[in-house]
Amino acid sequence: MSTPTRAPAAAPGIAPDQQRDRASGIGGNAARPDGTLKVTGQFAYGSDLWADDMLWGVTLRSPHPYARIRGVAVGEALATGGVFAVLTHADVPGKNRCGLEHSDQPVLAEDVVRYQGEPVALVAADHPEVALRAAKKIAVDYQVLDPVTEARAALAPGAPALHPDGNLVRHLKLRKGDPAASAEVVVTGCYQVGMQDQAFLGPEAGLAVPDGLGGVDLYVATQWLHVDQRQVCAALGLPPEQVRLTLAGVGGAFGGREDLSMHVHACLLALHTGKPIKMVYNREESFFGHVHRHPATMRYEHGASADGKLQYVRAEIYLDGGAYASSTPAVVGNAGTMGIGPYVVPNVHVDCYGAYTNNPPCGAMRGFGSVQTAFAYEAQMDKLAATLGMDPVELRCLNAMSLGSEAPTGQIVDSQAPVAELLDRVRKMPLPPARAGGIGGPSALAAQRHGQPAFDLRDLPGGVANTTHGEGVRRGIGYAVAYKNVGFSEGFDDYSTARVRLEVIGGEPVATVHTAAAEVGQGLVTVQQQICRTELGVDQVVIHPVNTQVGSGGSTSASRQTYVTGGAVRAACQAVAGQAVALAQRQLGRTIADLRLDGGQFVSAAEGTVASLAGVLGSDIIEETVEWRHRPTYPVDPETGQGFAHVQYAFAAHRAVVDVDTELGLVKVVELACAQDVGKAINPDAVLGQIQGGSAQGLGLAIMEEIQVSDGMIRNPSFTDYLIPTILDMPPMQIDVLEYPDPNAPYGLRGVGEPPTISSGPAVAAAIRAATGLELHRVPIRPEHITGSMPGPAP
Amino acid sequence: MEFLQPTSWTDALAAKAASPEAVPICGGTDLMVELNFDARRPAALLDLTKVADLAQWDIDDGSVRLGAGVSYARIITELSARLPGLAMAARTVGSPQIRNRGTVGGNLGTASPAGDAHPPLLAAAATVEAASVRGTRLIGIDEFFTGVKRNALAADELIAAVRIPLPVGPEQFSKIGTRNAMVIAVAAFAVALQPARKLVRTGIGSAAPTPRRAPAAEQFLAGALAEHDLWESRAELPGPLLDRFGDLVTAAAAPIDDVRGTAAYRLHALGVMARRTLAWAWRQYQSASPEGS
Ligand SMILES: Cc1cc2nc3c(=O)[nH]c(=O)nc-3n(C[C@H](O)[C@H](O)[C@H](O)COP(=O)(O)OP(=O)(O)OC[C@H]3O[C@@H](n4cnc5c(N)ncnc54)[C@H](O)[C@@H]3O)c2cc1C
Repeated sequence: MSTPTRAPAAAPGIAPDQQRDRASGIGGNAARPDGTLKVTGQFAYGSDLWADDMLWGVTLRSPHPYARIRGVAVGEALATGGVFAVLTHADVPGKNRCGLEHSDQPVLAEDVVRYQGEPVALVAADHPEVALRAAKKIAVDYQVLDPVTEARAALAPGAPALHPDGNLVRHLKLRKGDPAASAEVVVTGCYQVGMQDQAFLGPEAGLAVPDGLGGVDLYVATQWLHVDQRQVCAALGLPPEQVRLTLAGVGGAFGGREDLSMHVHACLLALHTGKPIKMVYNREESFFGHVHRHPATMRYEHGASADGKLQYVRAEIYLDGGAYASSTPAVVGNAGTMGIGPYVVPNVHVDCYGAYTNNPPCGAMRGFGSVQTAFAYEAQMDKLAATLGMDPVELRCLNAMSLGSEAPTGQIVDSQAPVAELLDRVRKMPLPPARAGGIGGPSALAAQRHGQPAFDLRDLPGGVANTTHGEGVRRGIGYAVAYKNVGFSEGFDDYSTARVRLEVIGGEPVATVHTAAAEVGQGLVTVQQQICRTELGVDQVVIHPVNTQVGSGGSTSASRQTYVTGGAVRAACQAVAGQAVALAQRQLGRTIADLRLDGGQFVSAAEGTVASLAGVLGSDIIEETVEWRHRPTYPVDPETGQGFAHVQYAFAAHRAVVDVDTELGLVKVVELACAQDVGKAINPDAVLGQIQGGSAQGLGLAIMEEIQVSDGMIRNPSFTDYLIPTILDMPPMQIDVLEYPDPNAPYGLRGVGEPPTISSGPAVAAAIRAATGLELHRVPIRPEHITGSMPGPAP
Repeated sequence: MEFLQPTSWTDALAAKAASPEAVPICGGTDLMVELNFDARRPAALLDLTKVADLAQWDIDDGSVRLGAGVSYARIITELSARLPGLAMAARTVGSPQIRNRGTVGGNLGTASPAGDAHPPLLAAAATVEAASVRGTRLIGIDEFFTGVKRNALAADELIAAVRIPLPVGPEQFSKIGTRNAMVIAVAAFAVALQPARKLVRTGIGSAAPTPRRAPAAEQFLAGALAEHDLWESRAELPGPLLDRFGDLVTAAAAPIDDVRGTAAYRLHALGVMARRTLAWAWRQYQSASPEGS
């Protein structure tokens, strides 16, 4: 295996001197253009949008998970002073349907509601409180029905059909080798993953402004403007020219903004009232206003030879899609095709089902189907290692996928897949010191003076809540490795569009990048600037407002934007640079073979600096728009799941060290170590940020994050009871970033955002198992699972 | 909504007497949440933050008289040595922002079974000073909590202060949450030892409709300590004694299943916390010099 390289010279297709790691170009830690505004609280998020004569829109939602609507009476609400409009499905001028992959969800409910929180009616008023109160006066006559609340039950014969075609959204079959293969050592297990929320901090928000000509401009915090536009147009019955979208400031997304929220609603109210409409969800409404991560029930059987070689894996995976399809088909595709992990297995038999239920709709969330299965397949690998008496890391390395391996889809892994190396690297990182008995920090000393223990409680499970001074605490170490497809798979036409303009402003060459790709906090704006600086040799790069006046940038999801929109920006820059060089040569009246742009100058190896960019450009403007695609993927065979489904894989491994208070079931994650191959770190600081944040989100699912749903009702729609990790829950990290270039990708890069979310949680779960000796087949692992104060869920 | 903002305690009491429906607001960390969720729509708010006296504490007759408006942050920085049990609880409340604004008066006003100040106040035998234009009334903490989020205040009364006898022995507090900071208690427990009076007091949080003591556990422990001369000998507490104490604390609770935890877990956790906090308090007693204890 080649050694990872940080020298950009190894990346394909780029002259080495052009890609040197300048602080502001690719490979450098360029500062975020929006960084200062964000940390000083001046950045305008979607919820800050304002128009002088605007009205406030609110949504009336179903209180029932499943009910027939016998009538909706809006008279009293409409008669309320300050109310300008009350709308129902009858007011939707176009097709009353939306949806990412299937148009199966009404914009406003018609005769049936299928989940608690489904939008039923809209109100616009001159004050948000007036609108809220008027909404409460809308009388909806519901006939409450028994909800279907479990995926397997929804697919069982005789279950009530929630949609015309039944309750099956997708069944992915993966068949490789002998379906009845046997092996010397067999382990089985049933696993469950609870429903995680994206928990982005900026709630759903947008402002719709009617143009007075029958069209509308929508400013909205979203992940994919063009897929929004398509759905809004269909619902409004308007062509794209009349529905223009602009990205508003996005306060986090993680998949939760890929589906529509208030988009059509605000536009309907705006067109109806002729006034700008602002809609902002509060935290509670936000829990009902976006899709969540699919809860999963998974049954696995692994067979191996006595020396630990995997012989077969059979798995049955049920994903609860909730009331509407959203991206369930693609999530099923991922969970199914990659559900056995980055291991080489000759015989594979996987059935992965996505079902409709009356639970909250589930869709995209960071890790997208791979998060759920990783909890199961990594638990199985540990179980197998224990049965074989093998070291769990060795067992993984023995079966690890590598360059040239055949994935269970039959796809050959055609770039580096350093699974074993990543595991080896996290294993070899120094372990944190043994548990604190007398850490002498200032707070420990202060505590001592007041008769408190001589160590810092914050280092122990429970923290300052003072639940243990070491009693019952046992340490455990766990490992996990994960892989994730980057970009859209299974034949999706996955492209991005970039428009790059080069001109002289105030004597300085300035590049402007215009895309429709959403910055959601991950740093795409920084990456775009870095690419322009490297490719065009200019310092000043302006990011044009992100809107639908340029072609689609595709979704900010699937770890794809640096790859795909980055690829588009690079291609557009190269086209612009080509024109600039041609212009220079025309002006010089001769051809210089290696003439290129660098540092605001035209330079050549032979002749040095030949001319200044500003001088050559003068008042000329060079602009190029490029639609850029990654290499195509193909649908998988419906009966066998075989096919070239994924464009690229990205890999990460984690080691988790935890202290568990085994008597109280409280957990302190002491340290997370991560090694990840990123192909090329376009912005190394941003890469570390993704790994830290992604790891925290995985840790959260392992030990605390769950939307608790019973009988179709969300029991904890608040940050009081939907807990996400605090700084005292997320430990320091050791991070090792590898750069094995992928020859198919721009600059050799790999998507970064999702892999760490996938492997951190299973590593934490493994460490808790190691500390407690318990099987723990469900995440999040709650204290009562560890203390046995509640019966485990029946598998 | 009317907004009343008295600047003196006399005016505050007069305002409350004139409009008993006016809802007091101090740190606002409970009340504003209710208003934002439209769970409550009071006709008037009575802002107490301009009443300077309310944010004072002093020592009076062997007790700390803690003004109802003293924040958790100040309890931690100014009163950790004098009121260790309450300070330990204060450290676990919310986030720094909440500790800067939230008050013990507000905690008592809400009277939630999960209020973190309550177990140490129960263990410390605190007294609530309730005031009205009619005069001042002292309500023993044992009588203060009357139901789920209900307390013994009359419609025209405000909490002026809490009187907390200075501890004459070790105090401990422990709280379970499902993350390591900023979490509402799944269950909490406080214990106070009073060697001079050979008494033990306890407080249980989040495990019954109201915060409550565990009287049988207190009596058992006080009896056992006396019977075996342990107050004098300061010898190790026998394991079975710790276990029995834990069991009796558990028996005093009446928890429910909810999103934060199961009833079974709460009972289990209370037993563990009771044993551990008693062991820590006893160790403190053992290591304190007999004269200074
Ligand atoms: C994010 C967050 C985290 C929290 N975490 C915790 C926690 O960990 N533990 C915990 O116990 N609590 C917690 N709380 C709740 C709250 O902070 C506490 O209950 C706090 O003690 C309330 O004090 P306050 O001064 O803010 O009360 P306010 O909100 O001002 O008032 C609360 C109630 O008391 C009444 N009141 C206030 N002062 C008086 C008075 N002088 N006389 C009579 N009635 C009065 C009010 O009318 C109201 O009903 C949290 C709250 C938030 C928002």
